[in-house]
Amino acid sequence: MDCSAAARLNGSRKPLLLLAALVAALPLALPNNYTYEIAILVGLNAIACVGLNLLIGYAGQISLGHAGFFGLGAYGSAILAARYGWPALASMPAAVVGVGVLAWAIGRPILRLKGHALAMATLGFGIIVAIVLATEDRLTGGPDGMAVPPLAAFVSGEKAWYWIVAAALIAAVALAQNLIDSPRGRALRALHGSEVAAAALGIDAPRHKLSVFVISALFAAAAGALSAHYAGFITPGKASFLHSIELVTMVVFGGMASTLGAVAGAAVLTTLPHLLTVFKDYEMVLLGAVMMLTMIFMPRGLVPTLEGVLAAARGKPR
Amino acid sequence: MLLRAENLGKHFGGVSALQGVDLAFAQGAVHAVIGPNGAGKTTLLNLLSGVYRPDTGAIFLEARNLAGSAPHQFAAAGIGRTFQNLQVFFNMSALENVMTGRWRLERAGLAATLARAPSLARAERACRAAAERLLEEVGLARWADARADSLPYGALKRLEIARALAAEPCLLLLDEPAAGLNPSETREIDELIRRIAARGTTVVLVEHNMKLVMGVAGHVVVLDYGRKLADGEPRAVSQDPRVIEAYLGSEACST
Repeated sequence: MDCSAAARLNGSRKPLLLLAALVAALPLALPNNYTYEIAILVGLNAIACVGLNLLIGYAGQISLGHAGFFGLGAYGSAILAARYGWPALASMPAAVVGVGVLAWAIGRPILRLKGHALAMATLGFGIIVAIVLATEDRLTGGPDGMAVPPLAAFVSGEKAWYWIVAAALIAAVALAQNLIDSPRGRALRALHGSEVAAAALGIDAPRHKLSVFVISALFAAAAGALSAHYAGFITPGKASFLHSIELVTMVVFGGMASTLGAVAGAAVLTTLPHLLTVFKDYEMVLLGAVMMLTMIFMPRGLVPTLEGVLAAARGKPR
Repeated sequence: MLLRAENLGKHFGGVSALQGVDLAFAQGAVHAVIGPNGAGKTTLLNLLSGVYRPDTGAIFLEARNLAGSAPHQFAAAGIGRTFQNLQVFFNMSALENVMTGRWRLERAGLAATLARAPSLARAERACRAAAERLLEEVGLARWADARADSLPYGALKRLEIARALAAEPCLLLLDEPAAGLNPSETREIDELIRRIAARGTTVVLVEHNMKLVMGVAGHVVVLDYGRKLADGEPRAVSQDPRVIEAYLGSEACST
């Protein structure tokens, strides 16, 4: 009994250890700067997806505007650093906190509503952010984008950035796992399972939806801020509706309510367009096809489906 | 009196589901709410658990008026419930369902949660142990790690009771706990309700199964067309001509 309980407690640590091992070993398989770049882009999307998965996969709330938070994190830090001369190490946290406050302010009224209100409201929010970023050209450089100062003088090159993003991703996964594997995590999943039953147990639904919405926005903003300083240049495309849909597709494809699934989804769907450069013009079509095929053939998503297959192979019913 | 409702009323559009209902539930007993279909039993339960806001009246849990509070505040005050149409968390295991039930007793700040403070890890172990005990008590120990959607119907009914008990409520509202169960499963529920009451938890039962009601309840409230028809000991209530009329129709009564 004690033994199995210990094994189950360790179970929550397993994804983190697995990911850390993978991230540490990956550079052995990366031959050049171009592959490092893809790995970094995977990591940045994965951070946003791990946060978005808390909202969609665990709490069952849909956001179609998370690229808005990603973009605001990126532009917030870029503007503070480029226009106001803040050091990046100060502008990044400031931008992330600012996005958190904004998410709280817009989430508070929306999350009191039921059903698809959040999906519609975040859809509108994302579109507004993209328009503002494209038109406020005095601050943002408009549709042409703007240059972003580097993180720090000593950080340059793909390899250094790989480890920065890797550390950020591990931290994001650790935070997400800690949240999920706690009373608060169960409260979030309860909201997904049955909101009326959650309330009957004393769970304040609007409050907990708001808190996970803000947390997921913080993750997206952090990924955005890192991506701005990594790339050295940003365009409003990062805040576009297409990017929001990409993030949602990654979460659904990788597996809802699975942190590793969110990372796997980001990995596959970020890498795929680079492997299949001929499909570059058909990215939206490809995303749509992935979404449809996932829903039809593995509605639980990649990682939960694989876990199910593995467990079945070991003869353990799930 | 543990719970007192005064002049409770609720209408939906032009339909008055409940009107001028006064009740009192004493501590530590099993109370039953009965009545024909559409009498307002589930409406009453939804009012007493805060799912509906009453249009008129007050609900006192001891001295505190809860009418108008949000459902989670009713739960926080110590009123637990189950649902007629199951509201199990199908996205969790049976054990996690019951662990979620302990929410009211747990204090986990966001910072402590994200940092996985040692006190939280200890509390989680205690929570798991308590949930395992409850599963054992309702006879579901062997299902602990199974996903809730793989459990049979009768087990889900008991899982909901275990989840509600996990919050250690002072008042437990059971909405048709025996609906859809076979006689042997109904007997298990009967025994479970007696054990719950014996430990001092006050139980309010909405039930169609007369045999179950007459066997376990010490106090019965009869509703008909949204009004309280009778209120008292089961035997006295079952012989009340107004109750017989409501259940069987006036002709049966006059012949």
